[in-house]
Amino acid sequence: MAWVNAIIQGVLIGGLYALFACGLSLMFGVMKVVNLAHGDLAVVAGYLAIGVIAVIHIPVLWSFLIVVPLMALLGYVMQRTILQGALDRSVLTTLMVTFGLSVVIENGLLQFFTANSRAIGTGLALVTGSFTIGSQIQIGYLPLVIFLVAVVVLLGLQYFLSASRYGRLIRAVADDKEAAQLAGADYRHVFGIAAAIAFGTVALAGIAYGMYSQLAPTTGTDTILLFAFAAVVIGGLGSLWGTLLGGVVLGVAQQIGAQISLSDELLAGFIVFLAVLVLRPQGLISRGAQS
Amino acid sequence: MSLATESTARSAGRFRVARSRRNVAWTGAVALIAVVVLALFPYIVYSGTTAILVQAFIVLTLASMWNLLAGYAGLVSVGQQAFVGLGAYFVLILAINGISPFAALPFAAIGCGVAALPLWWLVSRLRSGYFAIATWVLAATVMLIIEKFSSIGGGTGMPLPGFAGMDPALLTAYTYWAGLAVTVVALAVIYLLLRGRLGLVLTAIRDDEVAARSSGARVGLARMLVFVVAGAGCGAGGAVLAISQLQVQPGAVFSVQWTAVMAFATIIGGLGTIEGPIIGTVVYMVLQQTLASYNAWYLIILGLVAIFVALFARRGLWGLVDARINVRLFPVGYWLRVDSERPRRLALPRRG
Amino acid sequence: MSENGGRPESRTPLLEVRDLVVHHGQLRALDGISLRVLPGEVYAIIGANGAGKSTLLRTIAGLHHPTEGSVLFDGTDVTGLRPERRAGQGIVMVPEGRRLFGSLSVEENLQVGAAYARQGPWTIERVYEMFDWMRERRKQLTAQLSGGEQQTVALGRALVANPRVLLLDELSLGLAPVVVQRIYGMLQQILATGLTVLLVEQDVSQALRVASRIQCLLEGRTTLEGRPADVTADQVEAAYFGLAGAAGASQPENGSEP
Repeated sequence: MAWVNAIIQGVLIGGLYALFACGLSLMFGVMKVVNLAHGDLAVVAGYLAIGVIAVIHIPVLWSFLIVVPLMALLGYVMQRTILQGALDRSVLTTLMVTFGLSVVIENGLLQFFTANSRAIGTGLALVTGSFTIGSQIQIGYLPLVIFLVAVVVLLGLQYFLSASRYGRLIRAVADDKEAAQLAGADYRHVFGIAAAIAFGTVALAGIAYGMYSQLAPTTGTDTILLFAFAAVVIGGLGSLWGTLLGGVVLGVAQQIGAQISLSDELLAGFIVFLAVLVLRPQGLISRGAQS
Repeated sequence: MSLATESTARSAGRFRVARSRRNVAWTGAVALIAVVVLALFPYIVYSGTTAILVQAFIVLTLASMWNLLAGYAGLVSVGQQAFVGLGAYFVLILAINGISPFAALPFAAIGCGVAALPLWWLVSRLRSGYFAIATWVLAATVMLIIEKFSSIGGGTGMPLPGFAGMDPALLTAYTYWAGLAVTVVALAVIYLLLRGRLGLVLTAIRDDEVAARSSGARVGLARMLVFVVAGAGCGAGGAVLAISQLQVQPGAVFSVQWTAVMAFATIIGGLGTIEGPIIGTVVYMVLQQTLASYNAWYLIILGLVAIFVALFARRGLWGLVDARINVRLFPVGYWLRVDSERPRRLALPRRG
Repeated sequence: MSENGGRPESRTPLLEVRDLVVHHGQLRALDGISLRVLPGEVYAIIGANGAGKSTLLRTIAGLHHPTEGSVLFDGTDVTGLRPERRAGQGIVMVPEGRRLFGSLSVEENLQVGAAYARQGPWTIERVYEMFDWMRERRKQLTAQLSGGEQQTVALGRALVANPRVLLLDELSLGLAPVVVQRIYGMLQQILATGLTVLLVEQDVSQALRVASRIQCLLEGRTTLEGRPADVTADQVEAAYFGLAGAAGASQPENGSEP
């Protein structure tokens, strides 16, 4: 039964991974930017939440309402300034700049908060409580809630992209930003919106992760960025549901790895990721290699 | 005649393409003198200074390799720490088996070059952003795998054997010379590679990959060669690191900080020029020494400066110098000589 | 120069280009081009591949920045305006190769075109009236349409923005002659709503049929300018190919009125 529980746990946490991944996927799909600082942003959001709760003494769930919009705004600003500047130079520049940001953020967090990891205490039974199905299957409340929230957010994002005006603009700009300009759309503004969404979703996921697990300055790159990227790779680029599937596969692989040997959780995930790279790199192959 | 044919006919008589300017002989001599002087350092300076210089040599080697990858081949790798670590561990494994770490150094470099081949196979088809993250994942995976072997120290690492009974001053000197040798060889290899066919192929790829392929350039081979050389070079750097630290710890040798350091040094110094990493290394060492090694500040400042340079001064510090005095210490490009005009440099291979 | 056919001597051009010099890197793609497009007319730019026709249109649309010279719209200098701002003013281009949003449906393409539209007679509904097949297949992804269908959707996308000047870049490219005829046939309907058209066309006979004035480019320079009725086939050929000794050809003076 431990295996069944592990798989269920993996599925639930896969929702969180998918939430981490959708921002990365969006930024790449629309702006062609691989944001190497993506994971660190989640950690920043987590630390912000901790800070806000400590200073204003609000309930944990309210911290979402403050931090997520704040991070979304930060995303818009960063995209319009630094990232657009890098994009105008070259793809290589965006990689170097986002890598630089990642290092600066991590070392900044290290400097101000020490290397110790922290968790976001909820003080609710939510965190540790669970319910049982039948006699053996145990499902934690927190993972379940996180999974449901992730699915709702992904559904909302899917709807936004397919049915709203800005969603259409985002998809149009992703297809052909020059043609979008000719139609009157300022693609820099649209990029900003996409970045805002990416930063917002990753902030949401980061705070949730802080409640579910621990956050340390290096968590952004040690775990989150790789999870997000792995989920995108496994599920294939371009589809939010693919990202959810990728997240679930990753989560399950990790839990199975943990069942085999506790220290192999990370390794199992990486190996699955590498296997997918070798066997099924659709959407990731450079154009030159396809000919 | 159309305007195009007319002007071409007129120009053909006036232009000549030359390899390099006269000052190459001078810079070559200066470089040789510099190396000789540096080699004498263990006799003239304190061991504290040589230790700092060894660090500088490691950083310069690594930065030159990263520059080769990103500045010339357009491959932004954030996983080079895999090779740094592998180089260190090659030395450790050989030392455990009785071979002197200094003798092990060249084998470590070669071993890393060989190890680069399967890794290249895994990532070579990926687009730039995914290539970057994939190299990062690979490095993390390599570290996790190595940590499983307790015979080489497991997760905590172990001291490097093979120095028992060695005179400390001699050890310092040998370490220094190893670092100097690695750096000189690395720069020489890079210079010769870029000056030759590979440099041409890389420029062609950068300008128009499809055209390069169709005119016969072995694009994939060129990139693979660069990746292998960079792997070997970073491995050599890692080997020197192990020797200078007298121990090998996975967290330290596989740390992504190494990529941060080599990337920032290259960007600040000047991406796409051989001289750039030299300047970048100087900047890095100055910052590191003034802000103390284990403080996170120098990385923060370095990172911010690198971001600024990448956005606003793309050719780095060397680019600022180069624009004014128009000199190349390592001439790998071509000059266009126009009769009755000052020679004008043709576009040189550069990235970013 | 030929007679002006009864038009007032100094009508204000809706779109004007003055001594435009545009570079692609080190290549001088346009070398001192001038033209004036009057309201309500169809002005055609012809020339061989690489002559600079598309570059000219793209510069007018704002996608290229000229090294020298200026673009004026309704008397105002718009040379520094970004492409989306120009579209907002009423300069809308149908780019070469259609450039539809492949992952969007026909209707969504039109909706994007209408997102920043000016006030005017054109709506998505009106486009459906003009091309009724579009109404039936409006949910279809544009990547699945034929070349001719894509071209009409691209045209529709530009129309719903309610342009004042419509820039058409190589409408006939890759399309069967029958299809091309049909599309150009609709030009009259479009013009009737008060639009002005500046088009680039490789098909010289087609251009001569629809245009009220033409200009021929060769290697970035103007080699011929005038009304179709006033130029002979020989003159056009000479201007098009740059043959020396184009005797009797009306040599252009920059910025001349018809």
